[in-house]
Amino acid sequence: MSDFVIRGGRVIDPASGRDEIADVKVEDGVVTAIGNGLDASEVVDATNMVVAPGFVDMHTHLREPGREDEETVATASAGAAAGGFTAVCAMPNTDPVADSASVVEQVWSLGREAGLVEVTPAGALSKSLEGRKMADLGEMARSLAKVRLFTDDGHGVQDSLFARRVMEYLVTFDAVYAEHCEDAALAAGGQMHEGSRSMALGLRGIPAAAEELMAARDVALAKLTGCRLHLLHVSTRGTVEIVRRAKEDGVRVTAEATPHHFTLTDEALEGYDPLMKVNPPLREDDDRRAIVEGLADGTIDAIATDHAPHAREEKDQEFAYAPPGMLGLETALGLTITQLVEPGHLSLSRAIELLSTTPARILQMDGQGAIAEGRPANLVLFDPKARWTVEPERFQSFSRNTPFGGRELTGKVVHTFFRGRQTVRDGALLEGVRA
Amino acid sequence: MIKHLLSMDQLSADDITRILDTAESLRQVTDRPIKKLPTLRGRTVCNLFYEASTRTRISFELAAKRLSADVINFSADSKSSVAKGESFKDTAWTIEAMGVDAIVVRHGSSGAPHQLSRWVKASVLNAGDGAHEHPTQALLDLYSIRERFKDLDGLKVAIVGDIIHSRVARSNVKGLVTMGADVVLVGPPTLVPPEHAAWGASVCYDLDQVIADVDVCYLLRVQQERQSEQLFPSNREYAALWGLDSRRMAKMKPEALVMHPGPMNRGVEIAADVSESPRSIILDQVSNGLAVRMSLLYLMLGGQDEEVAA
Repeated sequence: MSDFVIRGGRVIDPASGRDEIADVKVEDGVVTAIGNGLDASEVVDATNMVVAPGFVDMHTHLREPGREDEETVATASAGAAAGGFTAVCAMPNTDPVADSASVVEQVWSLGREAGLVEVTPAGALSKSLEGRKMADLGEMARSLAKVRLFTDDGHGVQDSLFARRVMEYLVTFDAVYAEHCEDAALAAGGQMHEGSRSMALGLRGIPAAAEELMAARDVALAKLTGCRLHLLHVSTRGTVEIVRRAKEDGVRVTAEATPHHFTLTDEALEGYDPLMKVNPPLREDDDRRAIVEGLADGTIDAIATDHAPHAREEKDQEFAYAPPGMLGLETALGLTITQLVEPGHLSLSRAIELLSTTPARILQMDGQGAIAEGRPANLVLFDPKARWTVEPERFQSFSRNTPFGGRELTGKVVHTFFRGRQTVRDGALLEGVRA
Repeated sequence: MIKHLLSMDQLSADDITRILDTAESLRQVTDRPIKKLPTLRGRTVCNLFYEASTRTRISFELAAKRLSADVINFSADSKSSVAKGESFKDTAWTIEAMGVDAIVVRHGSSGAPHQLSRWVKASVLNAGDGAHEHPTQALLDLYSIRERFKDLDGLKVAIVGDIIHSRVARSNVKGLVTMGADVVLVGPPTLVPPEHAAWGASVCYDLDQVIADVDVCYLLRVQQERQSEQLFPSNREYAALWGLDSRRMAKMKPEALVMHPGPMNRGVEIAADVSESPRSIILDQVSNGLAVRMSLLYLMLGGQDEEVAA
């Protein structure tokens, strides 16, 4: 199916402002026409469906190299395609750490081999994520992987002078400095959000201030250095306010929020279920509402999954010993529609902007985030009204650690096209599509 | 009666009264020349201890034996399967596969008994989990106070010290508040949670302000690692501001009691002459622990009230 027409869907492309019933013609992997009455030998019926640019996940842990027992570039790519994504940004906290050109090129080429989504590796800011010596920033930026975003995700950069130096240096490449905002001393030993619930459960808390301190510092440093700053997985009202103020001041800052942070609160920790353990932790309802407001008013730029696969035996431990992290790729759209669009917080167009347009722009991925003539056909078709139940055992991801098992969601991915090639049909990964 | 005892939240005032009343009856049994009841003959209780413990483990073991249950003691130490890397869940399933009726669990990780209760069919009794709860300690403390004052309702109880990190404090506040006592938490803000109002307790940073009014002064153990965490300047300063010495004790009402869950740091939270004074019921707490744990095993593993009466 090299030439086809997607017929009669509601085409929503926030990049161009298009939101209308139209046909989309694809030839040789490229969108060649958008309009009415288009024809081709093959037709994909998109009646009652939304046709959107494929989603772009700014924050995915693919676990390869190092933890192929939990996830590989190929299985994560399959999960991503099933979730309507056509691009993912691979976090660098692998083993070995993606702090050199050879590792990012390995991940990038594994992504090409899998051939289901565009895998763009993020590079580490520091060698071994230790926050002391610069990773091979320029070599990674100039490598085949063309790294555009650097982060020590999993850790915040504790040393302010080091953070400043890296930001200054990254200006060379107009690359993004992305921070996991967490003051290590304040967060030390923390198991969940610090508040009345952590106090009642007897679990050591991570105060909101641990995130907000570093967010405020980084905004000041971005102002000082002119570097592009991206704040990963914003989780508190205070951080949302810091970003809002920074944007008003003209600082080059962007921010993302995860579906679990706009859906769940620390109430979920009541039964000590390690599936609910995540970092940054699930916060209070006021924080959750601030994130929803930030997503609606443009303070927060992207919905990112922080997809973090973990082996079953790692989550089947005492709460204190279980690693933080939850899956996200295959539930992102459903949660966005159920939590944000259905209750009227966001329009569908804004939701697509958050899932695709803006993350593609932040990552400077030219072939992603837009439906336009002459651009690669990275597309998702979803039914915004379809109800479905999350069944972790049916995930494409190799892990099962979702906190949303059994939850009923609205909004389901039907077809995904990556560079014009169909990867998902009728909600299922296509047989043999895996390269 | 409840299937598992994980938290004092599960117990109403009526439940607590029933447990304490049953403990009182069982207490009489332990004063007999033959200190054993056949009630739990054929039942098996496993003490699963992931943390060192002297009084709680021995007390549970003796309680089960006095009721004629078989007892297995499993300590997660260098000689056990845990040292070989066996997970908590696998250990739980292994013990369950041997056919136990109750698991008494002590664990350094808060919530471990909750998790265990989802994995096994046996009854789970929380013998202390991390900084969360220690319900049997609270019940034996309630028993000990009731023994002296007959009624808990309206009593004024000060709990002094490291509330934030204390499972004993959490369970005691819940139990005391449920029984109608008036609880004041005393200590510096580094050790006293700001959420006290949600717990139904009040806070005072000055022990001298409350000492003359309280019916019970409950002192918590100062854990040695707290000083290295800079939660207060020194043990000397702690003792001066929040420790109970004989001068401070002299201000207490004549019938007021001094309690401590043990093990004590004499000279820090409690002076030696205070712990050995007539006000101190610290050793009563220990002996009452046996009766209260017998009562719980008895009620939870299906004993009949009549048997005690007989």
